[in-house]
Amino acid sequence: MLTFTLNFTCMKKKHIIILVSIAALIVALIIFSAGDFSTYETISSAKNKQGKFVHLIAKLDKTEPIEYDAVNNPNFLSFYAVDSLGGKTKVIFRNSKPTDLEKSERIVMQGKMQADYFECKDILLKCPSKYKDDQKQLEKTITNQQDSVYK
Amino acid sequence: MKFEGEHLLPGQIGHFFVLLAFVASIISTIAYFTASRKKDLIEKKYWIIFARYAFVTQLISAIVIFALVFYICANHYFEYMYAYKHASKELEPKYLLACIWEGQEGSFLLWTIWHSILGIFIMAKSKEWEAPIMSVISLAQFFLLMMLLGLYVSADARLGSNLFTLTRNEISGPIFSQPNYLTFIKDGIGLNVLLRNYWMVIHPPILFLGFASTIIPFAYAYAGIQTKRFGDWVTPALPWALFSACVLGVGIMMGGKWAYESLSFGGYWAWDPVENASLVPWLILIAGIHTMVIYKATAHSLKASYLFSFLTFIFILYSTFLTRTGILGDTSVHAFTDAGKAINIMILLFVAVFTLSSMILLFINLKNIPAEQKEENTSSREFWMFIGSLIFFLSSIFIIAKTSVPVYNKIFGTKIAQPENIEFSYNKVIILVTIIIGLLSAVTQYFKYKKTAPGFILKKIAVPTIIAAIITALLAIFYPLTYYKMGPGFLGATYVALFAAIFSVIANGTYIVTGLNGKLKVAGGSIAHLGFALMLVGILISSSNKKVISNSGANGINLQISGKDPMTREADNPQENLTLIRQVPVSMGPYEVTYLKDSFSNEKGRRFYELLFQRKDAITKKVIEQFTLWPDVYIMKDNNMSSNPDTKAYFSKDIFTYISYAINNDNRIEDTAQFLMKELAEGDTTFYSNGIIILNRVIKNPDNEKYHFKATDAVLMADITLISKDSMHYKAMPIIEVDEFGINQIDDTVYAQNLYLKFAGVTDGKKIKIGIKESDKLIEYITLKAYVFPYINLVWLGLIIMALGIIMSAVKRAKLSTFYGALAIILAGVGLFYMFLLANN
Repeated sequence: MLTFTLNFTCMKKKHIIILVSIAALIVALIIFSAGDFSTYETISSAKNKQGKFVHLIAKLDKTEPIEYDAVNNPNFLSFYAVDSLGGKTKVIFRNSKPTDLEKSERIVMQGKMQADYFECKDILLKCPSKYKDDQKQLEKTITNQQDSVYK
Repeated sequence: MKFEGEHLLPGQIGHFFVLLAFVASIISTIAYFTASRKKDLIEKKYWIIFARYAFVTQLISAIVIFALVFYICANHYFEYMYAYKHASKELEPKYLLACIWEGQEGSFLLWTIWHSILGIFIMAKSKEWEAPIMSVISLAQFFLLMMLLGLYVSADARLGSNLFTLTRNEISGPIFSQPNYLTFIKDGIGLNVLLRNYWMVIHPPILFLGFASTIIPFAYAYAGIQTKRFGDWVTPALPWALFSACVLGVGIMMGGKWAYESLSFGGYWAWDPVENASLVPWLILIAGIHTMVIYKATAHSLKASYLFSFLTFIFILYSTFLTRTGILGDTSVHAFTDAGKAINIMILLFVAVFTLSSMILLFINLKNIPAEQKEENTSSREFWMFIGSLIFFLSSIFIIAKTSVPVYNKIFGTKIAQPENIEFSYNKVIILVTIIIGLLSAVTQYFKYKKTAPGFILKKIAVPTIIAAIITALLAIFYPLTYYKMGPGFLGATYVALFAAIFSVIANGTYIVTGLNGKLKVAGGSIAHLGFALMLVGILISSSNKKVISNSGANGINLQISGKDPMTREADNPQENLTLIRQVPVSMGPYEVTYLKDSFSNEKGRRFYELLFQRKDAITKKVIEQFTLWPDVYIMKDNNMSSNPDTKAYFSKDIFTYISYAINNDNRIEDTAQFLMKELAEGDTTFYSNGIIILNRVIKNPDNEKYHFKATDAVLMADITLISKDSMHYKAMPIIEVDEFGINQIDDTVYAQNLYLKFAGVTDGKKIKIGIKESDKLIEYITLKAYVFPYINLVWLGLIIMALGIIMSAVKRAKLSTFYGALAIILAGVGLFYMFLLANN
């Protein structure tokens, strides 16, 4: 104990500050953010965490209609999403319709699962058109060029 | 098979120069490294000359490669994959350069070219430091060029991706089995429409110059260890570090300005991983610059200078790793491509080699690096400067630790995602940093190195403190911050930060006058601090008081919004999109906005929407202010669209609007409704489903706000007024025109009532035949979002002042002549003012 105190007094002010600041940084990282972080979920696991803010990775269910009427309400979009594990949910997004929605291959949605739908706060679309390096898409495009009517 | 119409020569030349550049980079690395270890001066000189030849060869090759890629894209040689992927025929020529750096390979090429050009300056200026510095740069060139090689090491593993690969070798498709396949490739894919913006032309070169230049402080720190002249490198490295800080800082904010004015992110900073990845090295670089200044003045903080100089470039490489390997995939709005395993491994190798070697070298030599034994006094300038550097460094670690979440997920298989309010999760920590940095940058320079007399500081900063407090209080009363969303605690912290930033602006301004007696030559540091603090003021005000004015609550069309959501029973979050029906004015904030019309531009699929903003006097209803905005969208095949905002900039605020939804082609399907003919005399009235139509009079050769006919024309116009059931009045003016080609009718449309009116002719009984068509297929509308950003110009102005301050410091530290120094400052100043404050307004 004595040696510790001695050491401590021998330490430079600068060292103490560095240590304290690093401690503060760790506190900032842990305490400020720990409760904050969300998780990636599947549709079925999200259904078990109703009301909790989660990230869903899913796909647009093309067999169900997309509901969006900008004239009546530009801030209401609803559609169905399915994921690779067979989960399916209705999604409500109170914002304008992302225009690539129908074309998207994958949708990353942030929001809360409710009893019978997913209340979505934010949507990130992964679209093949943005992925020029996607080999399959390029093959499709170049093959289509042969018979497409280009204006 | 012999293919027709291909231009293979540029590709072959290109391949040769890629290889030549790669080999030259190996030779110059080895030669410079050998030279740096030679004691014998004559031998050393020979190695250096040899290495210079290799390096210049590499520079010339890189420029030739660039020219060839440009040539291929400019001529639309779609037999080349790069041209096919990034160029297209309808692309405006100004975007040709943007095509080159849109792709992974092109941006690595850009980086390579900047390294080479900086290398030439190092050769010319760095004297005895040349060999060790250039061995580092050459090694980096080796890694960058390796990523452009495209050599097959086995059947399916390729070392890097080449700029000159042929389309037919890269993608398989039935068309490639025909010799004339090129005739089928009508057009390239072209530049991503999101990137068609003048910032895309200018932002990447500046940002990459910033990235590339951070290698120089790194290389100097290495040279310090390698030559065992542990402290000598700081003096020559400092101007380079300042140059780098200026260019990188401007580059980052250009990205912010771009995001703000042309991408519909609704702001200039969103704590997006890509933004963070470039901010972090800048923060560390700023920390390093301050420790280097401390070292020069007091011999303290040398170890920290080493660490920060190394880490700046290491984090540039780590950023490259984050943004180029696709690891951020699901977390960023930026589109990332996974470039393939081979490239990912190479990038990882690049990061690992520079990180491990520099950190190990530093660790081994830690004991040898001289350190001042005497402790810094708490009343010394160096002490507080060090604290500031430490805060910068720790906040950068905080940011990168949070940004790296996808990396942990990858390594540990966890599923952590960013929190619900990403921006706030950063802001709540950074606001504290802002407070500390604001206060430190205000007060520290009043301290003297070594020791300051007690009482001196208080006396000096009393007046600035009082002035800042008064300004903050006045702001709080007359122009309060309105960021209530995160509770009173955060709002309070924002006010404290605002005070700290204002305090810093004033204290630095005062210091230039009283501390330095207005000697501008040595005021670079204070000017940079002043600019930085001004930028903070702008950031705090513009983000706190940013307002969405396209609130649906204000929209007459959208009545069901009642405050409570019928399904969730929760209070509605602000609904930020507003639908405007063509020609129906809608009130939005203080403005009445009318969507007048849309028009196509020369570019394929680009459509502009004319929005008239009018502000009317509340009592007299007179228009006091009006302007037109032209936000536009690219409507692509398959009904995809991409939106470009338009901004009305005032000194004190920006009105910012973009189209969030505009695809309503479905509503333009064939109209089956028929014109119903009515015969009316002047003053007669008739009915339509929703009200009455009055033919006021018929005017010959009208000359009014809509038509401009001469007295010699043969035109009749029906002046019609519509009164709908809700007693709204609308005007309509269909005309009929007789000229040498025959009879010509121009119908008028009342969009609000879905009504077409036609001047069909004149009857024998001097009555007018008016055609009336009611249609439900008529509605043309757009959905838009609009914000008011107050005082955003302070952000750009602060940035410009900061950049100029840093340049002034660099000029002084590099001991440039007054002429060149002034030239650099004037050129940079004019350029920055034009780009950030004038170009768009």
